[in-house]
Amino acid sequence: MSMTRDTKVTYGLLALFGIFGPILFPDYTLSIAYLWMMVLMASTWDTLGGQMGYNSLGNITFFGVGMYVSAIVQVSFFYEGGVAEYTSAMGSIKPEFTPAEYFWGLGLGILAAGVVGLVLSVIFSSFMFGLRGPYFAIGSLGLAIAVAEVTITIDYVGGASGISMPLFPGDIEFRSTFFYILCFVLTIISHFLLRWLYSTQFGLAINAIRDDEDKAEAMGIPTLAYKRIGWAIPAFFMGCIGAVAGNMAGFIDKEVAYPIPTFGIFMVAMALLGGKGTLWGPVLGAIIFHVIKEATWTYLLNLQWVALGLILIINIVYFQQGIMGWLQTKYPERFGIVVDTSTVTDADGKEAA
Amino acid sequence: MSDPIIKVEGVSKSYGGVKANVDITMGVERGSITGIIGPNGCGKTTLFNSIVGYHPIDSGSIQFDGQEISHLLVGDIARLGMLRTFQQTRIYGKMNCVDNMQISVSHRGDSKFSMFASRKGEIKDRAEHLLEFVGLYSKRNLISGDLSFGQQKLLEFAMALMNEPKVLLLDEPTAGINPTLINGLIDRLRRANEELGITLCVIEHNMRVIMNLASHIYCLANGRMLANGTPEELQNDQRVIDAYLGGH
Ligand SMILES: Nc1ncnc2c1ncn2[C@@H]1O[C@H](COP(=O)(O)OP(=O)(O)OP(=O)(O)O)[C@@H](O)[C@H]1O
Ligand SMILES: [Mg+2]
Repeated sequence: MSMTRDTKVTYGLLALFGIFGPILFPDYTLSIAYLWMMVLMASTWDTLGGQMGYNSLGNITFFGVGMYVSAIVQVSFFYEGGVAEYTSAMGSIKPEFTPAEYFWGLGLGILAAGVVGLVLSVIFSSFMFGLRGPYFAIGSLGLAIAVAEVTITIDYVGGASGISMPLFPGDIEFRSTFFYILCFVLTIISHFLLRWLYSTQFGLAINAIRDDEDKAEAMGIPTLAYKRIGWAIPAFFMGCIGAVAGNMAGFIDKEVAYPIPTFGIFMVAMALLGGKGTLWGPVLGAIIFHVIKEATWTYLLNLQWVALGLILIINIVYFQQGIMGWLQTKYPERFGIVVDTSTVTDADGKEAA
Repeated sequence: MSDPIIKVEGVSKSYGGVKANVDITMGVERGSITGIIGPNGCGKTTLFNSIVGYHPIDSGSIQFDGQEISHLLVGDIARLGMLRTFQQTRIYGKMNCVDNMQISVSHRGDSKFSMFASRKGEIKDRAEHLLEFVGLYSKRNLISGDLSFGQQKLLEFAMALMNEPKVLLLDEPTAGINPTLINGLIDRLRRANEELGITLCVIEHNMRVIMNLASHIYCLANGRMLANGTPEELQNDQRVIDAYLGGH
């Protein structure tokens, strides 16, 4: 992957912050972990929403399902009593997992969460991609709500009373650092996977679907296959990060697993703020959004929602293309966008102009 | 007709009460440039839509390269190697011209296309070469939605060539093109046919263009096939003169 100097500097700064941030500000370790989580959510949302033009309000489904799947895997692998017994005890059973058991369970749980998220998205694809525009958005929101409601009817996973996650085998500082690293690494993996994908024909195909899906179909692009993959990637990462988030929270129930009005909406808002349909927009949007959210939480407690709402309104009314989109139109050369090349002459240049 | 690549037999299509196509029979000779003419609303675009699988037909049969395709969907037919351009011109408006071209590569089974192929090398070279061919090379990095209508028309034509189809159906390729550019476009259509070996079927209202370009022309009127023949035959056909050419 070739990178411009700006890009290298950006990666350098982010890496420095990612590595030294929690060392210099240990109190903020978990807050920075949530920051990376938001970057992952906004970036993977943008694959479907920004790059492909299918504005999903339901990606949070995979987050919640991943959380539950991971819990099941973590408990069932190493607790002889089984998941049903564990959950029906409502947290009073605290099995002593050895560190090896715990970490194996967690690793398998995260992987299973990703895979189940992916499979679920493929199932959704079979009926959801008949919907376009606002119908897809509302349909996907309906899916999230439905899956959340179904989850709490399943006694096997604790029904409405939730599941206490297995205890972390280590002290609280190690625990924060460990989950921090998981969030950071997952975000890095997702970022570079997307960066590569957008540089291939896949990136153009999903952009073509966004611009004119009927034309893409008429040109022979197998649109459904692309759309399936375009949802499977976010679903996989949302499942994985959901597994991590469930363990960070320590206890999961419907509210923790399916935060539709918060994370479910934030991921969209962050991508719009930073600039949808760009690789860096959602990253930038997530960082700004998170910083403002934390700052207003500390200094403007009662006005936090007002402040966030205000930013969204300014974003939607005045900066629809988001910060990156605005920067790209203002400084196209910085982004390697050549507007016209009068230096290169071609036979029909004058004619076509 | 010795070797038709498209064979349309007894095709009818109505929209509610409007009989847009009634019992149409026609053929397109492999390697030819075939024309379709007729007054506004006589059913030319409807016929294209039926051929490329845009809508199901009411009755009749359509064969492409010896294979019945009237039950296939748009994407399947495109992947067999038959493409169409749109009367209203459709391109990917937020992408630049080179990207529009690169994503237009063929998706036929025998092509080298891969979903996750890199966009450097051969694909890019060919994209730029074809942009040069239609005279849009200096515009290649512009967002295609910012091009003029005529330029978008040329881009759409280049995108179709990028796909290396066996047959290309063009719906009014010269509409909206500056008259001084039309000769260049006729020349390019002919070169696409001769050098790239693409069979062309062209809907056209510009009589000078179609009489110059096509070796065989079909004339529709009121949804029915009125006449067909060489350009000379049609120009002297009283029914065609009455229905369509009259004013000229
Ligand atoms: N989607 C549709 N729904 C209903 N009626 C339609 C539809 N498309 C076309 N028609 C009708 O079918 C008839 C044929 O239309 P068509 O677009 O095929 O004409 P055309 O020969 O391409 O005309 P033009 O030269 O103006 O492009 C017209 O009467 C038109 O009103
Ligand atoms: Mg028409």
